[in-house]
Amino acid sequence: MPKFEDIQPGDALPSRDHTAGIVQLFMYNAAIWNPHRIHFDHAYATQEEGYPGIVLDGPLQGDWIGQVVTDWIGDDATLVSFGYANRQAAFLGETMTAGGVVEAKDEASREVRVGLFLKNARGEVTIPGHAVVRFR
Amino acid sequence: MAELLTPEIKARIGTASPAIRVEVTRRDIQKYAVSTGQRARKYLDGDEAPPLFHFGYSMEILPPEQLRKDGIAEDKLIPPLPLKRVMAGNSDTAYHRPIRPGDRLVITRRLKDIYEKAGKTGPLIFVVTETEVKTEAGEPVLNEITSLIAR
Repeated sequence: MPKFEDIQPGDALPSRDHTAGIVQLFMYNAAIWNPHRIHFDHAYATQEEGYPGIVLDGPLQGDWIGQVVTDWIGDDATLVSFGYANRQAAFLGETMTAGGVVEAKDEASREVRVGLFLKNARGEVTIPGHAVVRFR
Repeated sequence: MAELLTPEIKARIGTASPAIRVEVTRRDIQKYAVSTGQRARKYLDGDEAPPLFHFGYSMEILPPEQLRKDGIAEDKLIPPLPLKRVMAGNSDTAYHRPIRPGDRLVITRRLKDIYEKAGKTGPLIFVVTETEVKTEAGEPVLNEITSLIAR
């Protein structure tokens, strides 16, 4: 876990790859109670809505970039704010890379602002995000 | 640009959905944690909920015959819009304290704003909603602002 004193703007947060399988996607949609067919019905998603495959839920991918922050801070800081923007869809089978970078640090409040991203295999940022954490 | 938003649509700004009351269980947190691939023990054990755990609580629980053909429950907070292609937009949350098992929460969604803008390829309608999560005792838990774009 990072020490507040050692954190510098420009530091990279550990990144992580996610490849959701159909079982994980089913569990997620069951957990949040989401019956939207584009997330589990391949024939519907491709034939009726014209998607190239089953669509990954935006908030699931938002959670993946949130984990970049929560895994980084552990119990050394609390999450003050977190946001993400759905810019581009991703589909079942795609490997998405979640990561982030320290943007700013405030000594007085012990708050750190990080920029976050989810990228697809082509290197396109599909979901940018940001968070503010406060160190103890 | 012609006004797409009628007075009837704009009159809905400021309205709220009926409050949703939930009792948070450890099992619900564990299901969410496993399904999102969490690594932190406190989430996997269900001691504390991950930051976006509350998202599922705004899903209305309806029998299949009351859902639209695409499986979605109609969002009664948002009036029918003259532009039909809706894209998921942004989510921004301010956190006051974590959600834990045993919490009794009251969740309220409000329609904060609907406005239109000229986009490069035509008009856009922005729909901004706020989700407020408090405990039954009134302690603030989180406030989330979400926006949708219709084109």
